[in-house]
Amino acid sequence: MLAKLFFGYYAAVIILLSLLVVTRKNPVRSVMWMLLLFFHIASLYLFLNAEFIAAIQVIVYAGAILVLFLFVVLLLNLREELKVKRFIGSWPAGLFVSAAILAIVINVIRSFVLVAPPGRYSIEYIKEATHTKALGTILYTEYLFPFEIASLVLLIAIIGAIVLAKRKTRSH
Amino acid sequence: MVPLNWYLMLSATVFMIGVFGFLTRKNIIIMFMSVELMLNGVNISLVAFSHYLQDLRGQILVFFIITVAAAEAAIGLAIIIALFRNKSTAHVDEMNEMKG
Amino acid sequence: MNNYLLIPFLPLAAFLINILLGRNFLKEKAHWVSILAVAGSWVVAVMTLVDTMAGKTINQDLYSWIVSGNFKVSVGFLIDQLTVVMLIVVTTCSTLIHIYSVGYMHGDKGYYRFFAYLSLFTFCMLMLVMANNFLQLYFGWEGVGLCSYFLIGYYFDKKSASDAGKKAFIVNRFGDFGFGIGIFMIFLTFGTIYYEPVFAQAGGFANNTVNFLGYDVHLMTLIALLLFCGSVGKSAQMPLHVWLPDAMEGPTPVSALIHAATMVTAGVFLVARCSPIFSLSETALMVVALTGAITSLFAATIGLVQNDIKRIIAYSTISQLGYMFLACGVGAYSAGVFHLYTHAFFKALLFLCAGSVMHAMAGELNLQKMGGLKKYMPVTYLTMLLASLSIAGVPGFAGFFSKDEILWLAYSGPSPVGKLVWAIGTVVAFLTAFYSFRLIFLTFHGKFRGTHEQEHHLHESPKVMTIPLILLCVGAIASGWVGIPHLLGGGAHFTEFMKPVLGHPEGHGTHSEEWMVMAVSVIAGFSGIGLAALFYLVRTDIPVKLAAGLSGVHKLLFNKYYVDEFYSFLIVRPAIWTAKNILIGITDAKIIEAIVNGVPKAIGGFSQVIRKVQTGFLQHYATIMATGILIIIALMLLR
Repeated sequence: MLAKLFFGYYAAVIILLSLLVVTRKNPVRSVMWMLLLFFHIASLYLFLNAEFIAAIQVIVYAGAILVLFLFVVLLLNLREELKVKRFIGSWPAGLFVSAAILAIVINVIRSFVLVAPPGRYSIEYIKEATHTKALGTILYTEYLFPFEIASLVLLIAIIGAIVLAKRKTRSH
Repeated sequence: MVPLNWYLMLSATVFMIGVFGFLTRKNIIIMFMSVELMLNGVNISLVAFSHYLQDLRGQILVFFIITVAAAEAAIGLAIIIALFRNKSTAHVDEMNEMKG
Repeated sequence: MNNYLLIPFLPLAAFLINILLGRNFLKEKAHWVSILAVAGSWVVAVMTLVDTMAGKTINQDLYSWIVSGNFKVSVGFLIDQLTVVMLIVVTTCSTLIHIYSVGYMHGDKGYYRFFAYLSLFTFCMLMLVMANNFLQLYFGWEGVGLCSYFLIGYYFDKKSASDAGKKAFIVNRFGDFGFGIGIFMIFLTFGTIYYEPVFAQAGGFANNTVNFLGYDVHLMTLIALLLFCGSVGKSAQMPLHVWLPDAMEGPTPVSALIHAATMVTAGVFLVARCSPIFSLSETALMVVALTGAITSLFAATIGLVQNDIKRIIAYSTISQLGYMFLACGVGAYSAGVFHLYTHAFFKALLFLCAGSVMHAMAGELNLQKMGGLKKYMPVTYLTMLLASLSIAGVPGFAGFFSKDEILWLAYSGPSPVGKLVWAIGTVVAFLTAFYSFRLIFLTFHGKFRGTHEQEHHLHESPKVMTIPLILLCVGAIASGWVGIPHLLGGGAHFTEFMKPVLGHPEGHGTHSEEWMVMAVSVIAGFSGIGLAALFYLVRTDIPVKLAAGLSGVHKLLFNKYYVDEFYSFLIVRPAIWTAKNILIGITDAKIIEAIVNGVPKAIGGFSQVIRKVQTGFLQHYATIMATGILIIIALMLLR
């Protein structure tokens, strides 16, 4: 019962914060609400016995990505931004489509039953090995190649971001 | 014990809010944040599945999604900067070079 | 030992080097690459010959070329006695002719191109003879055809040369079409196109028939005749002989190498290679023998009256090729290959001598404008005389032994048409001697009939041209000595050598009959020479009177039996008419143009309408995409 109450609180706050993120006129506020949202999602992960994921959710999302967003938002002319409409002309179409898909998906999920044998990473196992170690063991053995590829993706992202954002020095 | 279905519904809701934001907002930075929202929605469902299936591989996937999201944010924001420099606007409805 | 691989791939390397670097870097030195490569091939070929004489044959797959279901083809090499003889013929002639070309082509603007094509030809020809399956044979077969086309049309700015190239290519299509179907039939019957299993199983199908175009046909006859189609085209036999005389538009070394010594003999090689198939069908063998005999008679009669020095030799080539088919057709494959081998030397020599004469005469080809060249070009005269003695079948020379063996085996063999083709062969021997010496006497004897300028220009060719002549002359005299028959105290080594591949034809006749056949052919040869001497040295007025007296026959022969005109009337003109009036006039203008112009017009109009959908707004596209997802999910749930 207590667990359900906690979940109810988090679910309600997450949905509310998500709505605030996509509806605020001032982008700085959106970013701030998003920061709060990420903390709540991280807490939800703790609920699901995923401490390491919760940690990187805070460090990478809240710490790195959102700061990047803030920097870019500072480029905008906020005063100008507050005067114009926040939605495009055809926003009802977007609302309708997303609401309809949501309705259908929720309807499907209601009757969803998980039928699968439990895996070997039970809560007891993770508690004994500690979560980070258990995750790391898989990541560096079974998923070593994807892990290396992920590092390449990041490298490419770094180079790409620099090339794209660099001011052209040669003028003609 | 909270049923898995609740987590999935939450995940779907966050995802569709992200979709709604992407489809309707004028400001390209907010659209981009909506994409991050969609990714977070997916992450919630993956972690929930991982917990209920007692299988850590779902969380590995989340790990990679966060990696890709970081890369995407770096590149995407760089593109926005380049765009902003050329068009001096962050509003997508003012960009329609592809009009047929 | 895998060094036999060098034989085809050295010339290929030379081709690549010349074609890539020739224009800008090698230029006047292009011949070095080709000559060294071909000479290298020759050395390896001789080493291979030594191995093969010791009884070692090779059948090896090198590289898997095509694998599709149960159809498997490799690039593979089969080196047996037949292959090795061809290797020696091809590399020897090719090397000498490469060297000769240095002098002949000197100063030509496409010098590197000429050597590149010559090397490519050598490569293709070697691939053809070394193949161990029919597809690789076909590859080489088409490859040499392509090179032949390139080299006939070498002077492509001359219209007659490019026309001749096209003619050779198109006429060969007819033959190769049949050849291709023949290969399909082989695959259909045997499920493989490798020589070894095909020939091993051929006997099992000896009595099978197959439904072909609605008729029940004897299977082996059908396959043999389809393969023979290819031979007829490539070796310029009746009725596809028309391209070879025109091919003389190419440079003379090309005529010597491709259109005398090697490529045109590929047809004979094919028949010899497929002897296990041909031997199973009496009908096919009879067709081969009769085609050969008729072609040789037909070409020899044309050769009697022509005035173009190269064309006479070309008709002589056709005639001699007919001889080889005649031999194969009576089952004497080894005699056919023997003649192929001796013919390569004396015919290449004849062409190169003709080239030397042309060189001195500044490109003049007409016999009637020559005469008395003996004192200006002694080396050319002597070598050409010896080559002519060889082709005329004078005892002791190479041509005598091979020709005699063919005639004897035709006479004594089991073939039902043996006696007939023997008679034709003997007549042709007479005609051959006559026209060969007509050529010699008109060119080298008597008084010079050209202009004073030409007479002033006359000179012997440089050493780089005469030395290959002398070397080939040795071949023209001595190459036959490996096959001296038992009758004359020889060992008939050539036939013995070929026995594992081509079998041993058995003549049934007495020694006195064999003497008789030999005597008749020798008499025919000498009387031909004598008659030519009488006509063109002693009583030079006879030929003129004879031509006037038999003007109908003369005209018929002079115009080559009007075969070209007949084809032109029957095939070429209708084809051109159809192309002009139906294909260009109706199909192209009314149908294809309409489609080609109509489709873009319709697309243009439609896109004018549909482009309105493209608003250029990112979110419109995204919304449509989301709507699509919605529809798909809804459909999946409703189903």
